[in-house]
Amino acid sequence: MNTKVTIAGVEFKNPVMTASGTFGSGMEYSDFVDLNKLGAVVTKGVANVPWPGNPTPRVAETYGGMLNAIGLQNPGIDVFIERDLSFLKNYDTKVIVNVCGKSVEDYIEVVEKLGDQDNVAMLEINVSCPNVKEGAIAFGQKADALMHITSEIKKKAKQPVIMKLSPNVTDITEMAKAAEAAGADAISLINTITGMKIDINRRKFALANKTGGLSGPAIKPVAVRMVYQAANAVKIPIIGMGGIASAEDALEFIMAGATAVSVGAMNFVNPYTTVETIEGIEAFMKKNQVEDINSLIGCVK
Amino acid sequence: MIKTKVIGRVFRQDEIADQIYDMWIETELAQGARPGQFVCVYTKNAAALLPRPISICEVNEEKTMLRLVYRTVGTGTNEFAAYHAGTEISLLGPLGNGFPVEKAAGKRVFLIGGGIGIPPMLQLSKEIKKAGQAYCELSVLGYRNELFLNTDLEKYSQVYVATEDGSAGTKGTVLDAIKEKGLSGDVIFACGPMPMLRAVKEYAAANNMEAYISLEEHMACGVGACLGCVCKTKNVDAHSHVHNSRICTDGPVYNAEEVEI
Repeated sequence: MNTKVTIAGVEFKNPVMTASGTFGSGMEYSDFVDLNKLGAVVTKGVANVPWPGNPTPRVAETYGGMLNAIGLQNPGIDVFIERDLSFLKNYDTKVIVNVCGKSVEDYIEVVEKLGDQDNVAMLEINVSCPNVKEGAIAFGQKADALMHITSEIKKKAKQPVIMKLSPNVTDITEMAKAAEAAGADAISLINTITGMKIDINRRKFALANKTGGLSGPAIKPVAVRMVYQAANAVKIPIIGMGGIASAEDALEFIMAGATAVSVGAMNFVNPYTTVETIEGIEAFMKKNQVEDINSLIGCVK
Repeated sequence: MIKTKVIGRVFRQDEIADQIYDMWIETELAQGARPGQFVCVYTKNAAALLPRPISICEVNEEKTMLRLVYRTVGTGTNEFAAYHAGTEISLLGPLGNGFPVEKAAGKRVFLIGGGIGIPPMLQLSKEIKKAGQAYCELSVLGYRNELFLNTDLEKYSQVYVATEDGSAGTKGTVLDAIKEKGLSGDVIFACGPMPMLRAVKEYAAANNMEAYISLEEHMACGVGACLGCVCKTKNVDAHSHVHNSRICTDGPVYNAEEVEI
């Protein structure tokens, strides 16, 4: 039975990863989860310099999901390389670094610093965070802006580049095609869906940022639909995410066309969701006599 | 060592004041629990995803049970309030750093609790008394009106009470009680609503006292990964190198001087 998948020449022992921002740099969950079992650890977004993020409250629960407006608080690339990447060298898993920025130059600076890091398998470019006002999301909501930043990053990146797409667009296929045309090696989707919650007793927004990104099981059907649409629009591989809580959920994404999947908000609910998802996929394959996970990718037409 | 989410069992639960529930849970998490730490409690409702962080009120002598005293405020706590003896309850913890009990040595200690911030004062009071090093131990408790846990705390320290409506003790806040009774001390341990903590911080600074305060914030993961529950700090924090410390893992107890609240 084969659970290995390959994206842009990088082989993953299984298709289950962690969604950026929900798993720290792996360090925070390493007391709970054997990181060696994961297909990849996708780290929290990192910028060229430390970012303080947004005021609190930054998180709020919603029905079957949660809103967050962390605002990409991060220690900056230098601390990240020294501390977090060094830590991840102790594990036999692939590392994908999520990169954020406010300008093309910011992104390039991080991408170049990561170029020398041999335990970084791929870069995931975050052009879709809905909680940072400057730049970032603008790159992810206009096809020409997405093409521009993708091609600039591709010129400098030593590792294969994944563009992480926003669901907050009219037509996801347009964005997927733009990333592909500009040379992206893969795309990941979906980032969170912009939402809002109001505390009726305090007559205030639940989040200090007013809006936040919705994640969790509540968004899964939207995510599966968008992965399906994107998979039918481009040839580059897709990493699917959005509310995955189980192997059954992960398999929906894979059958819709994702080569790999990421577990996000559900890490907060059950720290073992990733490992249980991997085990559940293997059990499904065994039960249904599936020899190779790759035969399931995009099998639903 | 791999940490795990565990299933505990409710031993007993009582409503000890309006909307204030007192739950004893049989769980191995009691073994390592320190005063001021908290546990994440998970609901059985699949639509209510996030764990509820609740402070540890007390640990039994045998270290086989945790006591949680909490107020019902919404979906999760309303569900917990309906649990009976024998109900299974999903927990993660103990999380965070507790109060620095060793700072009480040789000092006159003030424990200040406000409302649903009172519960962690109980185990703290017990451990300070057990260590036997504090010169004296006073607890000042602030309530809206109805008292709870005050008789528990009386076993370990001299208790002063303040109520907003004046129905018991001093009418007003914990600081009004301190003033009215002419109390003084060297070190403060406090937990309560933000306005109280701000007043305690100011009072401690004005009187040249050390103060350790326990903060709360909306949390998602409880383990330092999501960066949801931060507080502003005077110095650059160790994790993100900004001025935002993670309450769940770097706190919830801070030296009042180090946080901007």
